[in-house]
Amino acid sequence: MPILEVKNLCKCFGKNEVLKGISFSLKKGEVLSIIGSSGSGKTTLLRCLNFIETAEAGQITVDGKLLFDSNVCKKQSDKEIREKRLHFGLVFQSFNLFPQYTVLKNITLAKELLEAKKGNDGLSKAQIEAQAKKLLDRVGLLEKASSYPCELSGGQQQRVAIARALALSPDILCFDEPTSALDPELTGEVLKVIKELKDVGTTMIIVTHEMGFAKNVSDKIIFMADGIIEEMGTPEQVFEHPKSEKTKAFFEKSFENIV
Amino acid sequence: MGFWEVTLSLIGGLKYTCLIFALTLLLALPLGLVIAFGSMSKFKPLAYLVKTFVWIIRGVPLMLQVIIFFYVPGFLLGHPILSRFSSVIAAFVINYACYFSEIYRGGIESIAKGQYEAGQVLGMTKTEIFFKVILMQVVKRILAPMSNEVITLVKDTALARVILIVEVIQAAQNYAGYGLMWPLFYTAVFYLAFVGILTLIFGYFEKKLSYYKV
Repeated sequence: MPILEVKNLCKCFGKNEVLKGISFSLKKGEVLSIIGSSGSGKTTLLRCLNFIETAEAGQITVDGKLLFDSNVCKKQSDKEIREKRLHFGLVFQSFNLFPQYTVLKNITLAKELLEAKKGNDGLSKAQIEAQAKKLLDRVGLLEKASSYPCELSGGQQQRVAIARALALSPDILCFDEPTSALDPELTGEVLKVIKELKDVGTTMIIVTHEMGFAKNVSDKIIFMADGIIEEMGTPEQVFEHPKSEKTKAFFEKSFENIV
Repeated sequence: MGFWEVTLSLIGGLKYTCLIFALTLLLALPLGLVIAFGSMSKFKPLAYLVKTFVWIIRGVPLMLQVIIFFYVPGFLLGHPILSRFSSVIAAFVINYACYFSEIYRGGIESIAKGQYEAGQVLGMTKTEIFFKVILMQVVKRILAPMSNEVITLVKDTALARVILIVEVIQAAQNYAGYGLMWPLFYTAVFYLAFVGILTLIFGYFEKKLSYYKV
């Protein structure tokens, strides 16, 4: 059974249709990369999955649980939406770390607030911090635990943001162009962390412009154009034998730019 | 009329200056936040109502507002409902809350949307996002404009004398009746000292918050 199933997702901003019926599924431990030119709806798709935007139509099912169904017309409470959001983690293009907190506090804050709501059953502060330190170690930044975000490089900030998203143990971790705001020499360290997450079986959806990386790390590629899935398949199928003209044109342009 | 006698009576006036200053800050700082939320409300009628209110309060001279608060209830009801001092506090609190609200609003709206979204995807409630994530960033952003407004408040307290509150300037002006002008100029020393202390306090906070960037 797939861990994520998206059916016919639609989203428009005013008259502008951004997503025109997106359907795909993802198995546990799989990595999906979404590629496509700017404005094709990639980021909006991630934002709908994370319930930052609400889709107009479609269904989202995670682990057999129907999280969103436009046919069941009922206004969801803030609390329900918050719980649903926890199935997903999101790493932003611009990191969005909390500048006033240390690296460690950035990672523990949300977890502490969640555990506090459980009352006595919740984890203690020390347990949460121990877990956060483990995550920091995993992204190679344990020695930066007491630094502030402004003292870190972009690549380090993004690695902290990844650790922060992992702290809530989401079922699916989403990345919205995680390396687009980084200097070229810093993208490597972030991509390496993502690669390591794949190796330990993290289910991920990555919106990216890093074609080489997408090809290497993904089990599945989606090429989006004008709000629809133009092409979907294994990296080999999509990159080596694209069927759609739009996909071919996109790759031609992408590789032209490299030369 | 000796120097010490004048100094003592100016210190007597300073008591009111400080009281108006402190009470206005204490009440207007939180009230300003409430007004800021009102003017940012998604419920448009409320937002327009609050914006109109802010326009009126910022558009009418504070001196006139003090007079209105003290005299108008008396005209309408036949008897005053607020004492001289309470009228001053009411007028000052409302006036400054409106100015603060605009500073707050500017500060809150200047925080990147990504900060809210980061809080959202981490499952935080709106209240948690505001108090745990946004507020401290706003505080840092608005420190400089707030210091301006607070320093203006120190000197605006002199307006209380229009309804005969004997604050520092009024205390000095009483001597002018005896042909003594220098106490009036002497009051500048009190204001300078007051503002000097405030400048140091704001400098301290600015330094304290310099460990992070927003």
